[in-house]
Amino acid sequence: MKIYVPGDSAAISVGADEVAREIARLVPSAHIVRNGSRGALWLETLVEVDTPTSRIAYGPVTPEDVASLVEADFLNGGAHPLSLGKTDQIEWLASQDRVTFARVGIIDPISLDDYRAHGGLVGLTKALELSSDELIAEVTESGLRGRGGAGFPAGIKWRTVAQTPSVEKYICCNADEGDSGTFADRMLIEGDPFTLIEGMTIAGIAVGATKGIVYLRSEYPYAIATLQKAIDSARVNNWLGASVLGSAHSFDIQIRVGAGSYVCGEETAMLESIEGKRGVVRAKPPLPAIEGLFGQPTVINNVLTLSTVPMILAQGAAAYKARGVGRSLGTQVFQLAGNIARGGIVETAFGIPLNELVNTYGGGTLTKRPVRAVQIGGPLGAYFSTEQFETPMDYESLIAAGGMLGHGGIVVFDDTVDLAVQAKFAMEFCAIESCGKCTPCRIGSTRGAETIDLIINGVRIDENKKLLLDLCEVMTDGSLCAMGGLTPLPVKSAMINFPSDFNGVQK
Amino acid sequence: MKYSPWSQEQALLLLATLREEKGPVLMALQLMQKEFGYVDPACVELIANFFNKSRAEVHGVLTFYHDLRTTPPTRHQISICVAEACQAVGARALEKEVKGKFANETNDAYCFGNCALGPAAMVNGKIIGRATLAKIEKARH
Repeated sequence: MKIYVPGDSAAISVGADEVAREIARLVPSAHIVRNGSRGALWLETLVEVDTPTSRIAYGPVTPEDVASLVEADFLNGGAHPLSLGKTDQIEWLASQDRVTFARVGIIDPISLDDYRAHGGLVGLTKALELSSDELIAEVTESGLRGRGGAGFPAGIKWRTVAQTPSVEKYICCNADEGDSGTFADRMLIEGDPFTLIEGMTIAGIAVGATKGIVYLRSEYPYAIATLQKAIDSARVNNWLGASVLGSAHSFDIQIRVGAGSYVCGEETAMLESIEGKRGVVRAKPPLPAIEGLFGQPTVINNVLTLSTVPMILAQGAAAYKARGVGRSLGTQVFQLAGNIARGGIVETAFGIPLNELVNTYGGGTLTKRPVRAVQIGGPLGAYFSTEQFETPMDYESLIAAGGMLGHGGIVVFDDTVDLAVQAKFAMEFCAIESCGKCTPCRIGSTRGAETIDLIINGVRIDENKKLLLDLCEVMTDGSLCAMGGLTPLPVKSAMINFPSDFNGVQK
Repeated sequence: MKYSPWSQEQALLLLATLREEKGPVLMALQLMQKEFGYVDPACVELIANFFNKSRAEVHGVLTFYHDLRTTPPTRHQISICVAEACQAVGARALEKEVKGKFANETNDAYCFGNCALGPAAMVNGKIIGRATLAKIEKARH
């Protein structure tokens, strides 16, 4: 009898380990699988039992609930107040379009057999039959754009690396998911790490790289452990190594762990950090695709970008690009976070209105107070008001609305939020995390926080607002990378969309 | 968490495991901290000599990253996430409360990727969701 108890760290954070232990104690015959999370995080710990007809879910389960579940014969899908019925019929999950996250929460993350049984390695097998050109053409054709935030077409980046001659090339996976409100990279790595390994291997074959590096942040110890197990297993099974699945291609992957620096999520700072140096941003050009890690041509892609590639190859570019709107094709893994009743992963085609994510899926705030603001795209993303809730969630619409999609994180705040305080935090965060290379970011952030403080305290408000906007302009135009360049985005959007918070009256 | 007492001999044995790595300085510092709980100031010269780098380079890396520390850690280590998603559910108040009780062992952190179940905290390496002072105290013991 298989019982699924997520081993995802979000589930563990609310007691999944204790639930698993309690089930093992009360049902010694149970075969407990520590799957990833289905993504409905408000239902964690979500326990599933494998019945002959389908998987039946119970949640949120606490260790104290286990005894009554056993009494209710949950092993055979028995009725219980926590029963949610068949997992694949839970509306919140069933209405999503899971492509990148197709296997997350379903399989045993570190079982290669399970991975194969659920369509794993189909993409890589197909990739091995294609030429480099055909492979890159397929990725380009799918319309896949970088999910890290910049939205650069993946195929074009790959082509540049493929066409740059060098005996040594690298595939660097950016798993430095530092944006608050984002956790999709973590959940994918903890729930389906083989997909990332497969995507990186395909990228390696496409561009002629034999070395892959995953730069994974130290704040994700559970993801590091799971990915390492998966890499070890892929090596033992002759997938990674001198001969990828028996082919003439060689590819291997190493994890490099971050050290608590937010700016190292910026791609050139990440390269410096992988090289063992201070995480200081590099000037571009040269593009990393031409002169990247250790001076060699390097593909840098986010976890979600690389993890989507196997599905694109398995199902075809046409199937992927049939989803989405305009130039935002395929699906986006949105992450509902902050003060939200039903937080978690919502993967769906681009173009879904913000309102549907926050209210239909998210169910409004956790505190049951009215939603006042949402920040989209992490600490460098804009604050939106509820008046902008019809905005379609795709790259272009969000830019047109004065924001950015970033890594797809949506942080909800209720009506107790003070946007001047949030704006000040944006500047403070930039001051703490700036790499220090350019002045507008290093000094401007500190002056920005001080100026907002003056506004909050009612000192020469109009004059200081003008000064702040001027400073924002200098930071936007004068910074080398997105850290200093986009810190003004949350600040200015807060000023524009919530002007009443900047009149010197503290909330 | 259990750490070995600082020993130069032990440190050199560990550094030898990184001999084949490209760009080993950050990895070396992380390895020192993992083994000894902190990076002893003597490591700077040790690592510089071992990998043929200048002491300035090693010092530069050591002082850039928030994770790296040069003094032994407290017995318990508490990190409270104070980034936006956790702020939205009361992280600032929790931070004050926890620091009021465990000032020496509490650090700010920015995001554990548990943003739908905040406030998030990490206590001795274990992640806590919907964190409260009571939950943190319990995990600390």
